[in-house]
Formats: sequence, C-alpha cells, structure tokens
Amino acid sequence: MRSNEIISSLERKYLSDLIAKGNRMDGRGFWESRPIQIIPNVVKKAEGSAMVKWGDTVVLAGVKIQLGSPFPDTPNDGVITVNLELSPISSPSHESGPPGPEAIEMARIVDRGIRESQIIPMDDPKLCVIPGKSVWILFVDIYILDDGGNLIDASALAAMAALANTRLNLLSIDEETEEVSLLEETEALPRNGSVASCTFAKINDTIIYDPNLIEDRGKSARFSVAVTNEGLVSSMQKGESGTFFEEEILTMLEKASERTKELHNLIEQSSQAPELQEMFRFDF
Amino acid sequence: MNKEKRSLLLEDGRRLDGRELHELRPITMRTGVLDRADGSCYLTWGNNKIICAIYGPRELHPKHLARPDKAIVRVEYRLATFSVDERKSPAPRRREYELSKILAESINKILFLEKFPNGTIDVFITVLDADGGTRCAALTAASLGLADAGIPMNGILTGCAVGKVDGKMVVDLSDIEDKEGEGDMPIVMIHNTGELTLLQSDGKLTVEEVKEGLKLAETAIGKIYQMQRKALLAKYSQIEDQLDEIDDEEE
Repeated sequence: MRSNEIISSLERKYLSDLIAKGNRMDGRGFWESRPIQIIPNVVKKAEGSAMVKWGDTVVLAGVKIQLGSPFPDTPNDGVITVNLELSPISSPSHESGPPGPEAIEMARIVDRGIRESQIIPMDDPKLCVIPGKSVWILFVDIYILDDGGNLIDASALAAMAALANTRLNLLSIDEETEEVSLLEETEALPRNGSVASCTFAKINDTIIYDPNLIEDRGKSARFSVAVTNEGLVSSMQKGESGTFFEEEILTMLEKASERTKELHNLIEQSSQAPELQEMFRFDF
Repeated sequence: MNKEKRSLLLEDGRRLDGRELHELRPITMRTGVLDRADGSCYLTWGNNKIICAIYGPRELHPKHLARPDKAIVRVEYRLATFSVDERKSPAPRRREYELSKILAESINKILFLEKFPNGTIDVFITVLDADGGTRCAALTAASLGLADAGIPMNGILTGCAVGKVDGKMVVDLSDIEDKEGEGDMPIVMIHNTGELTLLQSDGKLTVEEVKEGLKLAETAIGKIYQMQRKALLAKYSQIEDQLDEIDDEEE
C-alpha cells in the first residue's frame, strides 16, 4: 500500500462523522466548490500554458507544438497527446520516476475529455501541413505542483486553459521540395468552445463534489464527468472499488451540467491573455 | 538548422537584451509558495522560472541507502517538457542526472547532516521555463527552500554564470549567449566564506579570462546574496506581523 492511500482511522472517522452531520471539514456544502483561479500564459518557451489554483491544489499545464507524421488511419488530422506528472514537488507521498498507473489514469481522463469532445478539431485544415506526411502534434504536459486533492478537475482546467491560449506558427511551404519552414507569425489554435471536468467522491453513502485532499483519501468511489460548453458529456470515469446507483449517477450528471457552466466562463475569461503573466500570483 | 554566426553584442557595446556586460537580469525570489512541501522557493531569473520543494529531514527509503552517521541529500533537477524550445521527453536525460549529482554535492556542504543520522533531505527542483543559467539559479533557489524548511545550515549557496561573448567576459549569460557564445562558466559560492562549491566551464577561455570571470562572478554573487537575504527576511517579517496581529487580537 502506498503512503498516499493511507488515511488514519481517526481521520476517516472524523470525516465520516462530519459528513453524517451534513458538514464538510472546510465548511463547504456537499455540492460546493473551492475557490478557483486560472493564470493563463505563464511559460515563455511553451506555445500555450496555464497555472491553476483550485483550493490549495496547484497545477501547471504547458502545450508544445511540433511538426510530425500523422497516424496512417487519419492522414489529414493533427495529433494531440496528454501527459501528466505527479511531481514529487507536489506531495511527500509522490515519488519520482516514470508515471505510475494513478498518473496515467488521470492523464487519460483529461485526454479523453478533450479528444472526444472535439473541442480542438483535429481535422481542421490548419493542423494539416502536408496531407499524409506532416501535421501539427500537440503535446499537453501537466505538472501537479501542490496536491490538495481533486487533481482531475484542476488538471483538466489547466489543460483546457493552456490550449485556449496556444498559438501555432504560420508556415511557408516550398511546393516543389515540400520543405516546411516556421514563420515568426502565429495564429490561435482552432478551438470550438471548451470542456470542463467535474469530480465527485462517495464517502459512506454521501456524495460530495470537489473532494479536498483528505476527502480524496477517504473516498470509497469516484466519478468524473467532462461536459462541453454545449452541455454534451464527452467522457466519464468511475474510479475506486466503491459503487454508485443509477440515480446517483443521474444526480451527479445534473450537478455537473450546472457546475461546468461556471468553469466554461472561467476558461473563456482566461483565454484573453496576450502578455506573459506571473506564476504563483494568486488572490487566495 | 543552418544558423549564421551572428554578433551577440550590439554596436553600442550592449548585449542583445540591452544589458551592460556586467549587468544581471532581473531576479525575484519567493519562499513558502507550496503547502505540501516542508520548504519551497519559486525563483525567476530573467525568463528562467524555477520551483523547488524540500522534504526532510525524513525517514529514508530504501533503507540500504541510509548512513548510520549522517543524513544523505538527494537532489532531483528536472526540466519541464515545455521549458525548452523543442519539447523535451519527460524522462530525465544525462544532463539532468549529472546536474542533480553536482547540485547535491554543493548542498551537502552547507547542511549539518550529522545531526540527522539514517535520514534524508530531499530537494526537488523543476525548471518550468528555461533561459540559460538554470543550475546556478537552481542552487540559489534550493538554498532558500532549505532555509524555508527550517533545516540547519552553515551557509547559503549563491550562483551565477559568467562567460565569453564576442571576445568579452560577461556576467549572467542568457540562453542565446550560452548557446552561441565562446565560453560559459557556472559558479556557485558560499558568499560568507568565499568558498566555491560548484565550478564548471565549457568553451575556450584563457587563464586570464578565467581569472577575470571568477572576479566578476564574486561581485555578482555578492549582489544576489543580498537578494536572498532580503527574501528570507521578508518571510520572517511576515510571520512577525502575523504574530503581532494575533497578540493584538488577544489583548
């Protein structure tokens, strides 16, 4: 058993007693979120970036773009890949080394939310440089810097906000030699709206939204859902060995549809940041 | 890529970013930026952005690494994938392993490790945005992180690179000056004692230029050390203010 899975029996009892009384340790209602702030455009060397503070969780996402070969079955489409690192900087219980199953699951949840929603239209002609030969590859890399719980939603928000300020270089292509050169000028990455994630945790028989670190450790089941700005569900993931009933899933979907509206607003507000912003300048 | 050798000094003798030959880039330092870590520091140095987290002294796993007479220091220096021009693979490369090793050797020197037998002090440094001179900046940040963690220290490490650009010795090389210049010499010192804890160089330098470089670095390090002092004092005066407020409330 890894140390981050250990929750002392005292802490667990405290948590479940509180929840049974209708309370949470930080005074929130069951469906209430912690404060959230997005600082967009924070990394000069990245083509897109955003730092998110979600409660006391801090996440940094950066996007690098690179020309590369398309997949054979989609010769005209760009490629996106999401990678997440549970950096040892973020918690005494995260160790260095290649990403483990936990980090890979989170990366794939964030990846699916973005990919399946087609918020970034990978078939956009802007992402295809030479059909079958050269397309833009988007690397979205997420670094967890401070693990205060609910990493999935914070990571999804950081990744989406980073994509929202990503710029592609304009290209000049020699038609005879097919030689491609990057120009200084850039244009915005094509984007159709946004997608945001909502994660719920089950503690005893109660469902809460946006678990903090201790709630995260004490949960028996987890449910994450990604919802687009048009209200479409683009990915879902149930986690841990606890279970949900159908009506619980429906309630969570309803709460998520409501909640993500605010997150979409935050993403749109943060997408207007032409100047490089300062990291770690949080209001709370 | 074909790159023509360009001049790194402007006609008026200034550098490409407008600095004088011996001028530092703007530096900011903040401690205690992370909640989970025992100590932390966020440092910006020109366009370098570095985050450093300290854990310890704490129990060491795996046990066979433990020393019965003192704590060990483990340092992990990493570049974020998006901190450089071409995306770096997430797996650490040879450069990162070498730097982690020599940074650890420097940090060893300033800690009272014999006070914590069998333990470890872990230093995690990630460069979030790189612009030349990151190893010096990393140790400058790590020192503040260690102080923030309250780990007993006998000195503070302060670093600065010097180097040769268009035949002139300059202070604090930028990324372009580092890559296209004629020589680079990163230096880390314990300012109070004048001891050098890290010294490397690459490129072609005469003995005279090395001498000049060492002098220039010493002066620059003196300035950066004062910034470190200020950053630490700022942290403790903040705590003092908070204590005063609590006292006032109690009265």
